[in-house]
Amino acid sequence: MNLEFTEEEKAFRAEVREFIENNYPQNIGTRGVQDEMSREDMLAWHKILGKKGWSVPAWPKEYGGTDWTPTQRYIWSEENARKNTVMPLPFGVAMVGPVIYTFGNEEQKAQHLPGIRSGDVWWCQGYSEPGAGSDLASLKTSAVRDGDDYILNGQKTWTTLAQHADWGFFLCRTDPDAPKPQMGISFILVDMNTPGIEVRPIKLIDGGYEVNEVWLTDVRVPATNLIGEENKGWTYAKFLLAHERSGIAGVARSKRGVEQLKEIAASEMLDGKPLIEDMGFATKISQLEIDLSALEITELRTLAGEQAGKGPGPESSLLKVKGTEIQQRLTELTLEAVGYYGAPDFRSFPDDGSNDFPIGPDYAHHAAPTYFNMRKTSIYGGSNEIQRNIITKMILGL
Amino acid sequence: MDFDFTDEQNMVRDGISRLIREQYDWDTRRGVIASESGWRPELWAQLAELGMLAAPFSEEDGGFGGATEAMIIMEEFGKGLAVEPFIPSVVCAGGFLKHGGSTAQREEYIGGIISGEMIFAFAYAEPRGRYDLANLETTAKADGSNYVLNGHKAVVIGAPWATHFVVTARTSGGQTDKDGVSVFIVAKDAQGVSTRDYATVDGRRASEVYFENVKLSGDALIGEAGNGLPLIEKVVDEATAATCAEAVGAMKVTNETTLDYSRQRKQFGVPIGSFQVLQHRMADMLMEYEQSVSMCYLATIKLDEDAATRKKNVSAAKVRIGQAGRFIGQSAIQTHGGMGMTDELAVGSYFKRLSIIEGEFGSVDHHMRRHIALTAA
Repeated sequence: MNLEFTEEEKAFRAEVREFIENNYPQNIGTRGVQDEMSREDMLAWHKILGKKGWSVPAWPKEYGGTDWTPTQRYIWSEENARKNTVMPLPFGVAMVGPVIYTFGNEEQKAQHLPGIRSGDVWWCQGYSEPGAGSDLASLKTSAVRDGDDYILNGQKTWTTLAQHADWGFFLCRTDPDAPKPQMGISFILVDMNTPGIEVRPIKLIDGGYEVNEVWLTDVRVPATNLIGEENKGWTYAKFLLAHERSGIAGVARSKRGVEQLKEIAASEMLDGKPLIEDMGFATKISQLEIDLSALEITELRTLAGEQAGKGPGPESSLLKVKGTEIQQRLTELTLEAVGYYGAPDFRSFPDDGSNDFPIGPDYAHHAAPTYFNMRKTSIYGGSNEIQRNIITKMILGL
Repeated sequence: MDFDFTDEQNMVRDGISRLIREQYDWDTRRGVIASESGWRPELWAQLAELGMLAAPFSEEDGGFGGATEAMIIMEEFGKGLAVEPFIPSVVCAGGFLKHGGSTAQREEYIGGIISGEMIFAFAYAEPRGRYDLANLETTAKADGSNYVLNGHKAVVIGAPWATHFVVTARTSGGQTDKDGVSVFIVAKDAQGVSTRDYATVDGRRASEVYFENVKLSGDALIGEAGNGLPLIEKVVDEATAATCAEAVGAMKVTNETTLDYSRQRKQFGVPIGSFQVLQHRMADMLMEYEQSVSMCYLATIKLDEDAATRKKNVSAAKVRIGQAGRFIGQSAIQTHGGMGMTDELAVGSYFKRLSIIEGEFGSVDHHMRRHIALTAA
């Protein structure tokens, strides 16, 4: 039992650190309040990594993956967190990519995998519907076979960054009479430029436009866009969700977040002393750090299991619950730390080109919107309540 | 990086686990803690025979392992709620001798600990000292090359069974000074040592220990006079990590017992385990347990690093495991309903042990403060 990295792993860390140092673009913003970033900025690092062959490290080698061990992938995520890089979005590399190379046919692999690797094609996820959230299998969007095509009708929602998407993967009902709702669903790839698709932005509580409604009206999609077998989509959807949850703990990013929180708490004053010296606030920070340590070791235990050949199982639900709780608490404490200056809405600041009278410290500007935004984490990817259902069923066996 | 155990460590676990499973079932334990002596000397002899009391010592001291072995043994102790004094005698006294003992002291005592003939208790806590290891009213006054010991030590676990004590005392300085703290070995039968023995609420035995003009030779001093605090902190951190392991073992069984009960107990015509409100509580109990396992590993792995790293991680573990133990213990009683309140079920004993562990070697608040002092920069 040890936590030491091997010499090879240390060399690997040095190599990726140097690569990030030398190649990460300097002039792009940081993600967080996302609608401020352009499509190009969000894809910049992805495209560089695509050229280097590092955009899809977790994929099998034959599809362009890296052959990195789980520990190396962990080091990779740590080093990226250190620089706060804007990583490739998950919809292509972590979600539909693995579904395509696992369940897709050769034509589909040849058509779609290169664009996911390179970052040239932006994917979005058509899962949730107004009436199908946690009860995803009750989805109603229909796909009706018509010759060589499917005709899609319905409405998807919470479709993250669909405003930029070239392609989407959609769960559609192909057999409304199936004995169980899970049995009549198919997994279909859709070109987002197809006539009949309308993307409508949804304004969220943080003031940004991160998600959308996607309306589908008589959208004609070639039947060759079906993944795997008709009516077997639920199997692929569940596979995707399990993939989505691995790495969802976000330990490396949260560690960096704790450091930032400590910097803020060292600048803010309480009774003439830095806030971080206040026992009440210091206790909250320490609690967060301790919980994060526990999560980190739990994730490393899971990685060690993966290294020994065990796939990501139901324990990824634990990582999701604890990881998102910590991410949320981090933003909660940041808002708490900035005090009064959590209130001003940075979107309303006078744009007079003057910095003579700044409205509070820079670090306060995004504190509230980020806190608001991060409430999503315990809802998406299967809400944390659904994760507890999974633990109950898969681990406790009830 | 790995979380695997060596073949030898797995053998230790198998051996101790079998012993506890076969000879320390619930009814046996009840009998033992109600008995006159309150423990099982014959089991201690068996542990010695199996080599378990040597597990955390190095080869040159006659053992074969270290902190990981102690962790494994205490985890299994926790599963069976074994009351025998592995932490006071082997981890604490053994730790002082390993890290601070002279060659002569190691030769004189470690063999006795390993063979089970000598049993130590660790007399460090005081009625007014709370968790501050340096806050000592007990004094050892130098008298030539000898010392005279006076004082009162509180809740000395395993003292009724002990042949010897390791005692912390002030040899110089003011009551809470970091300097001036020293560590001594005191035979229980030395003149001027007296005890008031009692049972604890979690099934163990302890004593108030009084020293009245106890004469100690210079050989009784472990380490350097007046500079004992770093050594005490190191040993207490090792004991804290071992206690965390015991808690992890106890939490595991508490969770399993609760899950079993939820399958059997029916209300409204169905097993209560079918109710989502209880399912989610048990999912939370499982997550708390897994986080505790992680922190127990982390604390154990970091024991041999520099003092600041060791303290930070041990405190983090004790905070997390203290909180998890409280949540799991309380949730287990709640899920068992009225039956959880009776003295008839094992779950109550696990709850009680977990509740007392919370305050052993420092409470959640104490360790939180120590963590803050080491991390808030």
